[in-house]
Amino acid sequence: MTALATLDHVTRTFGSVTAVDDVTIEIREGEMLGLLGPNGAGKTTVISMLQGRRRPTSGTVQIFGGNPADAASRRRLGSTPQETALPDSLRVGEVIDFVGAHFSDRRVTAELAEEFGVGEFLKRQVGSLSGGQKRRLSVALAFVGNPKLVLLDEPTTGLDVDARHSLWAVLRAQHERGATVVVTSHYLEEIEALAERVVVMAGGRVVADDSLAGILGRVGLRLVRLETDQPDRVAALEGVSHRDGSDYFVRDSDAFLAALVTSGITFRDLTVRGATLEEAFLSLTEGAR
Amino acid sequence: MSVASLTLVHAKYSLIETMRIPIAVIGTVVFPALALLFFVVPQQAVAGNPEYATQAIISMSVFSVMIGSLFSFGLGIAENREKPWEPYLRSLPAPGIARVLAHILSTGLLAIVALIPIILVGGLLTSARVTPLQIVIGLVAVAVACLPFMLLGMVIGYALPMKAAIAVIQVTFFALAFGGGLFLPPQLFPSWLDTLSQFLPSRQARDFVIWAVQGGELTPLTWLGLIGWTVVLLALVLVLFRRDEGRRFR
Repeated sequence: MTALATLDHVTRTFGSVTAVDDVTIEIREGEMLGLLGPNGAGKTTVISMLQGRRRPTSGTVQIFGGNPADAASRRRLGSTPQETALPDSLRVGEVIDFVGAHFSDRRVTAELAEEFGVGEFLKRQVGSLSGGQKRRLSVALAFVGNPKLVLLDEPTTGLDVDARHSLWAVLRAQHERGATVVVTSHYLEEIEALAERVVVMAGGRVVADDSLAGILGRVGLRLVRLETDQPDRVAALEGVSHRDGSDYFVRDSDAFLAALVTSGITFRDLTVRGATLEEAFLSLTEGAR
Repeated sequence: MSVASLTLVHAKYSLIETMRIPIAVIGTVVFPALALLFFVVPQQAVAGNPEYATQAIISMSVFSVMIGSLFSFGLGIAENREKPWEPYLRSLPAPGIARVLAHILSTGLLAIVALIPIILVGGLLTSARVTPLQIVIGLVAVAVACLPFMLLGMVIGYALPMKAAIAVIQVTFFALAFGGGLFLPPQLFPSWLDTLSQFLPSRQARDFVIWAVQGGELTPLTWLGLIGWTVVLLALVLVLFRRDEGRRFR
């Protein structure tokens, strides 16, 4: 697999704040990469450097083998604005045409709009759209030029559950057509639904870079939920990674339950399950601090 | 996509956006004509003399395009840099020169349109007399001579946040307008100010347009100066555009 884009020991500071700290990521052709992390982890700064909007303070950023600050390097790049940034006075069709005019191989406006569920609004001014409709239009813009590399920064922020699921389906279809997609999110469910490979960022650093299964497997925490009058004693038992309310995160739930029973602590309402990506991710980022 | 086609695309959508709120254009279009009406028309010594009146109309035209350029380019760009749409446009595969030329075309076109009321007021209410051909030559000359102001506006817009840009533009336009002989004719200047004035783009623009419309002598300093300002400011805009990363917060 060839690398479509690379960040090589990239650091970016804003005044005294280090937003991205010695990050190395290789984005390979054909993959669906999830960039996961809490707000302020440096995800958006990474995306904006790939878009050529910001330069790294040190290190090298390349897309398609060139400098992203050169317009020629961005001919096969599609991206979407993070906030709903669209010009209110233009019509939906005009915005798509405007962005589409930058690409030699572009999608037909009406067809693209239909696919992203804004087909009926082509003649409406952007300012009259709802937040969710604007978001879908923003994401559609990333695909108007039939890009090889697509950067989606928080693509479903502000969408309700149904809209989010239908947008995920569209994104997966686009990926199957051959687009390499990088999606940032702090919605863990979103990364789980879309990504094949996950890069976890926290505090400007990459804290994990693995397959989705690998991320889950590597952390491998199990969640034990129970009610007890002596939570501190339970948390102090061998093998407990950390406690959050009545949730205890453990590496080996069988050994933990054996120890719990042996300790003689009374408990009720016991549940045991695997930790979700959200929970896995929390323990990863806590390890980075 | 070629630079020319991208320039036209950016200019087109910028004009569409402006035209959707037409009232915003009125300031640019009406203000210079009002200035002519209040400052030139009542003064019989100027308004009654065909040569002086024509020069006064030209000065007002240069003033009008200059003020329009500095404000719409400087404020427009500074404002856009604070909105998220502009950074998005920067991620599209359009080179900086296409964005710069598109600004000049769209905003510059409006500045030239703003000259029509001046020409009407001047033609109807003063004794200035020019042929239609001279009007066309004058408009072309204004468009060329005012490139430095458009570029200067862009430099200010890319270099400063909006509130700072307002202050800098106000000082700059006043200094350029007065120093360039657009308020008071340079014939009334003391000789030191007259010499200094000839290095200002506003004076050079005024002299260039007067030469284009009325004929006479064009000193090399005028046209060399205009070319020099244009080249230097264009280079500066391109550097600032490339360096720009939106508004900087500390």
